[in-house]
Amino acid sequence: MKDFMFVFRGPTPEDLKMSPEESQASMEKWFGWINQLQQKGRYKGGDPLMPGGKTIQGKKPVVTDGPFAEGKELVGGYFILSAESLEEATELAMGFPDFEIQGSVEIREIMKIPMHP
Amino acid sequence: MVDHLFRHQAGRMIAVLTRIFGIHNLELVEDTVQETFLKALQVWKFQPIPDNPSGWLMQVARNRTIDLIRRQQKMSDISEELRLRLQTGTEDAIQQFFLDTEIADSQLRMIFTCCHPALNTEDQVALTLKTVSGLSAAEIAKALVSNDATIQKRLYRAKEYIKEHSIRFEIPVGQELHHRLESVYTVLYLLFNEGYNSSKADELIRYDLCSEAMRLCKLLTEHPVGNTPSTYALLSLMCFQASRFDSRIGDDNSIILLEHQDRRLWNQDLIRWGYYYLNRSSTGDHLSIYHIESAIAAEHCLARDFASTNWKHMLKLYDCLLEYKPIPIVMLNRAIILAQLGLVEEAIGIIRELPGIAYLLKHHYIYNAVLGDLYSKAGNITEARGLLENAYELTPSLAEKKLLRGRIERLPH
Repeated sequence: MKDFMFVFRGPTPEDLKMSPEESQASMEKWFGWINQLQQKGRYKGGDPLMPGGKTIQGKKPVVTDGPFAEGKELVGGYFILSAESLEEATELAMGFPDFEIQGSVEIREIMKIPMHP
Repeated sequence: MVDHLFRHQAGRMIAVLTRIFGIHNLELVEDTVQETFLKALQVWKFQPIPDNPSGWLMQVARNRTIDLIRRQQKMSDISEELRLRLQTGTEDAIQQFFLDTEIADSQLRMIFTCCHPALNTEDQVALTLKTVSGLSAAEIAKALVSNDATIQKRLYRAKEYIKEHSIRFEIPVGQELHHRLESVYTVLYLLFNEGYNSSKADELIRYDLCSEAMRLCKLLTEHPVGNTPSTYALLSLMCFQASRFDSRIGDDNSIILLEHQDRRLWNQDLIRWGYYYLNRSSTGDHLSIYHIESAIAAEHCLARDFASTNWKHMLKLYDCLLEYKPIPIVMLNRAIILAQLGLVEEAIGIIRELPGIAYLLKHHYIYNAVLGDLYSKAGNITEARGLLENAYELTPSLAEKKLLRGRIERLPH
C-alpha cells in the first residue's frame, strides 16, 4: 500500500453563498464520500485549511496577506488515503463531490523516505 | 441527517438571535447564521458527522453571538430585552436565550412578527419563508413561481417597514393575540394552498411548501399561546387535504378534481391525523372557518366514492361555510350538492345568478363544466353541449379535457 494526498481546490463556501438547504445537500455528499472511503479502508485522515494566511516570496522575501492563489485555485483542505496505486487513488478521487461547483482534486503520492538507506 | 435539518435549524437560530440583537438588526442576524453554516461546511467535510449536528450548529451560533456582544459599541446593537438581562453577566444572560423553551418562544415571536397585519400578505409570506423556514430568496422564488428580484424586493420592503415602525418582536396579548393568530392562519393556509394548487411549480417543491406549512402549524400547536382550537382545525384541514396529495395530480401534471380522484391513493395515516386534530379542535365555543372546511374535508374522506358522500350533511356544512365565505366558488360547490340531492333545477338557477357569472363562464372552465353537467342531467342537451365544449377549450389540463370529451360524446343526440 502507498499513501496519497488529495489536495482540494475550489471556491470558498463564502463565494458559493449556499442556502441552508444547499449546504446540507453538499455536506451529505461529502459524508457519503468519506463513508465510502472508510468502508474500503482507504481513508486515513484529513483537515480543512483556515481561510486567509500569509504568502512569502522573492529573493528579498516579501510577506503578503492571504494565499497567493485566487478564487477556484484556492486550497481548501486535504485528505490522506492509502491505495494500491496512483490509478486506484485516481479512481477513489472520482467520488469528490465538488466537481459541479468548480472544485478540483490534485492526487499526489506521498514519498516514503527510508530511515536507513 | 434528518431532511431539511439545516433549514429548520436556520429558522431556530434566526429566531433566537433576533431576540438577542433585536428585530432592527435582522440583517446582522441573518449574516451571523450564514457564517455558522459556512463554518459547518468548512469543518464537517473533513470530519465524521457530529452526534448532534443541530446542537453543534446552535453552539457555534451562540459562541459567535457572545463574541459579537462583547465587541458591541452602541446600545442599539442589541435588543431591549437583552439590555435588561445583561446585569447577570453576558454569557449567562445569552445562555438563557438558548434554552429549548426560550427557542420555541422566540420562534413564535418570529412567526407573529412576520405575519404582522401592517405588512401586506405577499410580504408576510416571503418573510416567513425566509426567516422562519430558512429558505433563500432564490428558493422562495422557485416555490412561489416568482423571480429572485421580486422576492428580494418583498423581503426588503417588509424588513424596512418593521425597522421604520419599530414593530416589536413579541407575542401579542389579549384581543391583539387573537387578531394576530388570524393573520398567521391566513399566511399558513396560503402557503399550504400555494403548494397544493399551483400547477406551475414542480411537484417536489409543492410537496415541500405543503409540509412546511404543516410543520409551522404544528409548531403553533406546541406552544401554549398557539394551541387554540382553530390551530388544531387548520392543522386537521391540512392533513385531510395532504392525504389526497398523490391522487390530485394526473400523469400530465394537471390537477384532478376530487370527483375523479382514485381514493385508494389517499394517505390513510394523514387521514387518521386529520381526525385526531379535528377532535382536538372541538373545544371552546368559537367556530372558525377552518373547523367548517376541515369538517367538509373529513366528510369526503368518510365516503367510499364521490356518489356515496353524505350530501345532506355536506349541505349543512356548506350553508355554514357560505356565511363565512360568500364567494362564487363556495356557492358553486353548494349548488353541486343541491344537484346531488336531486334539486337540479334549483342548482342551475343558483349558478345562473352567481355574481359576475358572465365573466366566470368566460374565463373559468369549472363553471362551464358544472353547469354543463347539470343541464345534461336536466335534459337540456343543447345547452349542456355548448357549456361542456367551452369547458373543454378553457381547461389547461389534459386529464380534464379527456374527461370532458368523454362526457360530450356520451350526450344523447
